[in-house]
Amino acid sequence: METLGHLAHGFSVAFSPMNLLWCLIGTTLGTAIGVLPGLGPALTIALLLPITYQVAPEASFILFAGIYYGAMYGGSTTSILLNTPGESATIVTALEGNKMARSGRGGAALATSAIGSFVAGTIGTLGVAFLAPVVVKFALAFGPAEYFSLMVLAFITVSAVLGSSSVRGLTSLFIGFVIGMIGVDLQTGQPRFTFGTNELLDGVDVIIAAVGLFAVGETLYMASRRYAGKDEIVPLKGSLYMTAAEWGRSWKAWLRGAAIGFPIGAMPAGGAEIPTFLSYAIEKKLSKHKEEFGTVGAIEGVAGPEAANNASAAGVLVPMLTLGLPTSATAAIMLSAFQSYGINPGPLLLTTQADLVWGLIASLFIANVILVILNLPLIGLWVRLLKIPAPQLYAGILVFATVGTYGISQSPIDLVILYLLGAAGFLMRRFDFPTAPVIIGMILGPLAETQFRRAMTISNGDWSVFYTHKLSLVLLILAFIGLAGPHIWAFIEHRRRRGPEHVPGDA
Amino acid sequence: MSTSDQQPAPTRLAMPELLIGIGLLACAGAVAWQTLVIPVSPLYSKVGPTVFPYLTMTGMIVLSLLLIVAALRGGWQPQEEKDTPTDWKAMGIVVAGLVANLVLIHPLGFTAASVVMFVLICYAFGSRHTLRDALTGLVLALAAYFGFARALGVNIGAGFIENQLNTVIDAIIATLRG
Repeated sequence: METLGHLAHGFSVAFSPMNLLWCLIGTTLGTAIGVLPGLGPALTIALLLPITYQVAPEASFILFAGIYYGAMYGGSTTSILLNTPGESATIVTALEGNKMARSGRGGAALATSAIGSFVAGTIGTLGVAFLAPVVVKFALAFGPAEYFSLMVLAFITVSAVLGSSSVRGLTSLFIGFVIGMIGVDLQTGQPRFTFGTNELLDGVDVIIAAVGLFAVGETLYMASRRYAGKDEIVPLKGSLYMTAAEWGRSWKAWLRGAAIGFPIGAMPAGGAEIPTFLSYAIEKKLSKHKEEFGTVGAIEGVAGPEAANNASAAGVLVPMLTLGLPTSATAAIMLSAFQSYGINPGPLLLTTQADLVWGLIASLFIANVILVILNLPLIGLWVRLLKIPAPQLYAGILVFATVGTYGISQSPIDLVILYLLGAAGFLMRRFDFPTAPVIIGMILGPLAETQFRRAMTISNGDWSVFYTHKLSLVLLILAFIGLAGPHIWAFIEHRRRRGPEHVPGDA
Repeated sequence: MSTSDQQPAPTRLAMPELLIGIGLLACAGAVAWQTLVIPVSPLYSKVGPTVFPYLTMTGMIVLSLLLIVAALRGGWQPQEEKDTPTDWKAMGIVVAGLVANLVLIHPLGFTAASVVMFVLICYAFGSRHTLRDALTGLVLALAAYFGFARALGVNIGAGFIENQLNTVIDAIIATLRG
């Protein structure tokens, strides 16, 4: 059991007093931003990226991972008490959780989601520890062509398969590609997409893109929608302790949720929507209390999806650490933190940066323990955060957005780019374009281009490498199925539904 | 699937969505223009710095055409979005706050510019306690400046307020060190 030895070493890194302190800061901050509507882990980690110039990699990744896990815990509190899902992954939690809060069982809903998050987060982190070395053995056989095809598959799944429309998802992704290409081409030194300006030679910083899309765009959108209905905070009633019956109904849902969430998160597709919706559907089907779903709120409908959400968040770390493949906006920003240290995540990361990787995984176990303590006995504190009025909240977010952006190079041009991206973010929000693919395209696009050019250089300009290599071909076929499959399926369904009278020769 | 069984509503051109599609097509045009001006060395003629831009441009053209087709067929906005009127006045004030920040940050420094922006955005979101907002903004901006910027080692624009406080802090530190 090699992994256990590595884990023991990881705990020795994570248990240093300074790293414990970083973990505590990260989890506290993560819970806070998870609770506050309008702030998410991607934005927060982007704003904190300058810390990579100040502290060791272990410290900043322990901080970032704490924020990442903490935001999951905090987000469920907001969903349950405010019925405003902060992110797509907690939509399902709001369905039953808010119903439970309205019928006076908010305490039990918060308890099952926090303990479920702990159980699933711990299972998911164990999954990362044991699966990562296996994936590494597999990934060592990858050449540039396979990497490129794998990235194509990830591009398709994060933008076209998840979300409401593949055209709009891919549009976001391509906008990300363009932003990612701005600046000096690293292989030939030629400036690209700079419109002749010197300011754009260094490219657009990921901080500016994330802050523009997530903070400025979000603020403009919320300002434009003041006529839309307001959500009310449901006051927290009932004890935080679950009854024996509630425990009995929760624990199986937690385990099922974790079993669904982790594998889906660990695939190079990522995304927490599918596992949470899947878990919700399964719990609804298996429940002995079907009448509670959608009426007074069923505890299984909170326990399962919350567990699935946290397990898939852990799963996302597997492709990120072993293949350098981020499948969520937060993971993409963490990847840019690796780049800022000059570290390239990939199959060699686990051996060359053993302290960092195993220290990070160990700190995730500690983060889970801290988070369940922060989120159960101290829940009252976080509920108070929900009472920050919207005007001051959004104005404050923009003050921090300015710090993060203007601090990069004290250039007003950066603020201009920030506001332009904010305007784009507003339009995307208003017209239902997903924003995460922009960040993923911006970070992963240049990496895909590098692998593409490497593969083409090795093959002497022969495009066939991408389909003569078996593994690469399989990945490209999977990507094609991901893109075309749903349309073909809908077409077949449509024809079957219309019946044979429209196509007489076909029957 | 109940909606698909009903008689489809008469297709109507959706103007905002059409503009989005045309805007994306214009972006693809800008990508093409900027790709043409990338100087390509003959050494890299096989897979030079322009191959990926051209692939991206092709993708954007296809996607913008698909968006335009969707717009001609009635657009994709959910009904709820269409039913919510846009509060242009609130948005305008937020934009004014952002522009004020952009214009003032260099001459006045980060804190003063942030206070102006903070007050304007609070006003846009319906707050009418301007003086209280200004004080909140001042405290938050100073906290951001000293807590965040100095702790992270980020250098953000110091103006009159920051310089005065920096002098005071340095003096205190000097006194404490004896």
